[in-house]
Amino acid sequence: MIEFLSALDQILSITHLTYLIAGVLVGLVVGIIPGLGGIAGMSLLLPFLYGMEPSVGLGMLMGLVAVIPTGDTFTSVLMGIPGSSSSQATVMDGFPLAKKGQAARALSAAFLSSMIGGVVGAIVLSVFILVARPVVLAFSSAELFMLTLLGLSVVAALSGGNVYKGLAACGFGLLIGAIGGAPATGEFRFTMDIDYLYDGIPLVVVGLGIFALPEIISLLVKNSAIASSPNKLGHGLRQGFKDVFANLPLVGKSSIFGSLIGAIPGLGGSVVDWMTYSFAINSSKDSSQFGKGDIRGVIAPESANNACASGSMIPTILFGVPGSGAAAVFLGGMLLLGIQPGVSMISTHLDLTYTIIWSLALANILGALFCICFTRPISLLTYIKFSVLTPIILTLILFAAYQATRSLGDFIFLGVVAALGVMMKGANWPRPAFLIGFVLSSGAENYFFQSIQFYGYEWFLRPGVIAIAALIIVGFVLPPILKRRKQKMKPEPLAQDKEQNSMANTVSWTDWGIIAVMGGSATYALINIWDASTLTKAFPIIAITIVLFSIVMIVSKYIREKHTKVSSDLAMNMVYIVGFFAIAYGYYLFGFISTTFVFSFLFLKYLAKASYVQSTAIAIGLVVFLVTMGRVMNVDFPEGLFDPYLLSTIKSFI
Amino acid sequence: MKKLSKLLGVSILSVGCLLSLPAKAQEVELPSTINWTIPFGVGGGTDVWARFVAPHLTKNLPGNPTVVIKNQPGGGSITGTNLFFQRAKSNGEDILGTSASTLYPFMLGDKRVRYNFDKWIPLLASPTGGVVYVQPDLGVSSADDIKKLDGVTLPFGSQSPTGLELPVFLAFEMLGLDIKPVFGMKSRGEGRLAFERGEAKIDFQTSSAYLSSALDLVNNQKAVPLFSLGILNNQGKIVRDPAFADLPTFEEVYFKKFGKQPEGLEYTAYKKFLAAGFAFQKVIFIPADTPSDIINAYQMSIRKMLKDPAFIQDSEVQVGPYENIVGIDAAQYLSEAITVSPELYTWISSWLKSKFDYTL
Repeated sequence: MIEFLSALDQILSITHLTYLIAGVLVGLVVGIIPGLGGIAGMSLLLPFLYGMEPSVGLGMLMGLVAVIPTGDTFTSVLMGIPGSSSSQATVMDGFPLAKKGQAARALSAAFLSSMIGGVVGAIVLSVFILVARPVVLAFSSAELFMLTLLGLSVVAALSGGNVYKGLAACGFGLLIGAIGGAPATGEFRFTMDIDYLYDGIPLVVVGLGIFALPEIISLLVKNSAIASSPNKLGHGLRQGFKDVFANLPLVGKSSIFGSLIGAIPGLGGSVVDWMTYSFAINSSKDSSQFGKGDIRGVIAPESANNACASGSMIPTILFGVPGSGAAAVFLGGMLLLGIQPGVSMISTHLDLTYTIIWSLALANILGALFCICFTRPISLLTYIKFSVLTPIILTLILFAAYQATRSLGDFIFLGVVAALGVMMKGANWPRPAFLIGFVLSSGAENYFFQSIQFYGYEWFLRPGVIAIAALIIVGFVLPPILKRRKQKMKPEPLAQDKEQNSMANTVSWTDWGIIAVMGGSATYALINIWDASTLTKAFPIIAITIVLFSIVMIVSKYIREKHTKVSSDLAMNMVYIVGFFAIAYGYYLFGFISTTFVFSFLFLKYLAKASYVQSTAIAIGLVVFLVTMGRVMNVDFPEGLFDPYLLSTIKSFI
Repeated sequence: MKKLSKLLGVSILSVGCLLSLPAKAQEVELPSTINWTIPFGVGGGTDVWARFVAPHLTKNLPGNPTVVIKNQPGGGSITGTNLFFQRAKSNGEDILGTSASTLYPFMLGDKRVRYNFDKWIPLLASPTGGVVYVQPDLGVSSADDIKKLDGVTLPFGSQSPTGLELPVFLAFEMLGLDIKPVFGMKSRGEGRLAFERGEAKIDFQTSSAYLSSALDLVNNQKAVPLFSLGILNNQGKIVRDPAFADLPTFEEVYFKKFGKQPEGLEYTAYKKFLAAGFAFQKVIFIPADTPSDIINAYQMSIRKMLKDPAFIQDSEVQVGPYENIVGIDAAQYLSEAITVSPELYTWISSWLKSKFDYTL
């Protein structure tokens, strides 16, 4: 208790607060700019970190790490770009809300939920950390496998009306996620001798490709502002707060769930947002608006992701095993400050641990307050004609994707995944199911084999395993089924259901296209993997089976039941995909910064029909942004043919 | 960015030459910014090591250049190292930091490797050691009881057959232990977690990780240390690790159990990978065609740094009580360590296949 209070006293000192705020500001910038993650923030703070008083340094680092899931909400809501892997689910309803002109409402609700989530996470952390050690150790590979299944079962809630489409997408995600080294043997699968594929496709690239690019392309095709219907923005902010208070139980449950999942090393924060998202769907009476702009779809994942960042400090501090990317950065910082993680953090260094926790709570509050201040002006962006924003958003997406591995492959696979995303969006296939399959693929495979190797086939009798299995059935599998049954029992189906039924019975060429892509890839994968050793091929074959089985079910349904043929209007979208490839290659070949300038200017002037002044101003603004990022955060861009000359010219002006 | 600072550097250099010719003769001018490529992600072992060394480099290099750490993760360090091989400038501006997982794929002929070490000169090599420990419920209180482990299946959480654990696997096999490897651990830390959960019966950690995380377990009777891997002394002989002077080396344990010294191809392979992975655990490289006065300046500064009390003190905490290798010694030992004869390669390749069903 003494440590608890003295730590509070400590963080309220001027030095500590100053550095904490510095950390928070850097963390917000890092969070707001998609794709950066903790790495860039670290390189900015590091020169200050070395030789710092440990408790002050930890406060600064904590400020950085804690607010990344707060800041990343901006691009998720406003542009449909997941700012980091922990806010992918926020896009699902946040962006539709922005399209309805309610960006301010979505953002303010998100920030308030983030704040509450972060503080709840800190409270859970402060109590739980003292007893967490045995609890964390109770989660063996078998329980971790069950948790990945828990994550996968979310697909049931997210696949809308069509279970087989959801299953196919999820299985395909599992298969794509199996590209790269097999965890059980170290052998490489499906690499096609492309170096890029040896590590698998990075999550950032998949997330941007499956969500962000398709949204942008469809907006471009429509060419309106993001907010298509005007809304009384004046009520936006306050409405958001009201929404949070109206849904406090959801906030509380999501926060506690988020911090507990974060506390278990190995699962990572990238599924907790989806879990709570589907939790929100299942626990609400009327779930028809999810995916179309239901505020609960923003509140649940945003409460959870900040709480998860707090929870992930437990394995980091206690075991030195970071639970997420940001936690890995924090761990590196701890080691540099000369602090070793381990039991000593709750015995001899308890004061430091409480400093971390207090800083965490304070950083969450400050970060959310800063964001709320900026919400109104920034959400006005959604009223600008979309084509004016396009070059900015495209540059941001390419920038984010390139930070994944810094190679041309990032652009190429972004385009490939985006083509799939555009088709799935067009034909109403559940894209989250694909993403969840992808995210959980390696964990599911890894923990499955590990539990068999450690425990034989008796692992499923472990009490923890049975408990989680029950949770899966009660929490995620039963609710959608019961709900559907209830709807069927209703004597008069609602107009909406009718609409949904007629929606479910349509088929277009895009559907056939997706079936062909998935079926073809799965068959290729099957032939490719057939000769590999058992442990290498077992998991991909399961994924392939899921894909092929679901496809057969879908096709047979098309044949058995009458489906209205609808035309697919994807031709224009595909033109944009081809255009994307051309432009992305231009960014790589001619130099990122030069191409940003030329492309933005030309696009704005001739396609968006903006004025000379506007076009020049935006183009120059982007260049200044990129040059600053490069200098301050040591971010690399493809230099290409012209960037070196451009940069030396800029240099001579300064 | 690199080009920008290079241009800046060049212009400073040329202006410097014009204005003050005599001054240049005294000291070599290094670029004002040095890019240190680390082919691993932020927060990992090699990254933390580099970030700890970087300020000391700045302090001791002439002109106190800024040392910027460029993380380029991917392919277990192969990606970043390939890129460095292709692009590094040989004007003293670019240096590289590597780890065992950079050397091993090269030695094992991984087809993704496009670098070779002939074109680089090692400036500094930081060694490490390692300790093997087991669960106390096996009834073993020290390496003297190793015979009690005969016939006991020992699950071991491991990263991959060709990772840092490779020589450890060889040691286990020579000692006749029945190891059941469980692959897919994302780090040695995860392997230790499996041990703490009681899933793994045997575990291994490098020195700094052992000191910071496993020693606690030992002190609380939750782990029993068996042996250390030892370190290579100046004559290339394996001796007791100064960090764990009371622990026998693998060789001592082997002698105790079998009454003879380990020998044969298996032991040759063990020593090779031990030297490459542990004696050269972390290495700083510079392109060999860098002008010799610049390389000299680096070497002098690094020697100076190694004598700097501030560095020594930090080094104890971050790396352990090991002596860093510099200069010609480093180059010679390193090239010896990473050269794998065709005969040895065939042996390792078939051993990996038969033991782990892993095809090189």
